[in-house]
Amino acid sequence: MRYRFAAALFFSSVLGAQAQVTPERADIPLTAAQDVQFRALLPDLRCLVCQNESLADSQASLALDLKYEVRGLVASGKSDAEIKKYLTDRYGDFVLFKPPFAPRTFLLWFGPALLVLLGVITALAYVRKSRKSAVPTPAVDAEALRKLLDEQE
Amino acid sequence: MRFAIPLVVLVGLLALFVVGLQHDPRELPSPLIGKAAPAFDLPVIAFPKAEIPPTRMTTADLKGKPKLVNFFASWCAGCQVEHPFLMQLRVSGQAELVGVDYKDADKDVRAWLAQRGNPYTPILADLDGKVGIDWGVYGVPETFVLDGNGVIIYKQIGPMTAEAWETKIKPLLGKAS
Repeated sequence: MRYRFAAALFFSSVLGAQAQVTPERADIPLTAAQDVQFRALLPDLRCLVCQNESLADSQASLALDLKYEVRGLVASGKSDAEIKKYLTDRYGDFVLFKPPFAPRTFLLWFGPALLVLLGVITALAYVRKSRKSAVPTPAVDAEALRKLLDEQE
Repeated sequence: MRFAIPLVVLVGLLALFVVGLQHDPRELPSPLIGKAAPAFDLPVIAFPKAEIPPTRMTTADLKGKPKLVNFFASWCAGCQVEHPFLMQLRVSGQAELVGVDYKDADKDVRAWLAQRGNPYTPILADLDGKVGIDWGVYGVPETFVLDGNGVIIYKQIGPMTAEAWETKIKPLLGKAS
């Protein structure tokens, strides 16, 4: 009995942290093609609340709202690009899992390749330098060596 | 001399980490800063007494004086944290606060304000959170600072603090007015 009370308390406090007014909304009807578009789009969109989840996975209140908005936009015949623009106008590039390819993101796209290039250049320079400065192997004095070996025997 | 380059790289990396780790990944820069406040048309929650007929407020009504537009809700924990400071702003007359009650029930917000005091003039009701989406709100409380032309000049994510007010918002408002 006490456990049940504790559980009720726990769940009420968890739910209490959520928005309490979630208007009941029927799903906006989509055509088959729109449904495909809607399903393909959701995994590319980030839930802003639970940042590593996509809108497809998230059950956060805001994610449900955004899903509803996106559904409405799909139903009104908007293209993927238009829908993404709708979201980035409000929430910035972060809402997209894949950042756009633009001058301000060049560092992001090319940064890793630049680092690898830098590493390769450094490694090559190091190898070349160590090869140049390597101590030349001393010439073997064959006569002295033979003498030494003879002494051993 | 042999260690000069590794040392520079190490110091560089440490600097990068120090800067990087101070970033709060939950704070997303708003693309709306420097732009006009997104359009809205919302019902006003007359407090303490309901007004009949109810009035509405639109974006155009935000122009004139600089304002803080604060998205809050009675169910939001961070809003309780910032509430005393908002009251302080209101009482000292330092800022005009427009409250947007985000996804909240009318009776809940009335009880909340009756208990704690009302820092807002006026309070608007964003029942379905649609205006919140237009403003790029992803977690209440969030506060937008608007200049006299209704342009967003700053966004505070999470509770408003005395520190943010003194160090960031006040200087911006000084420049704007």
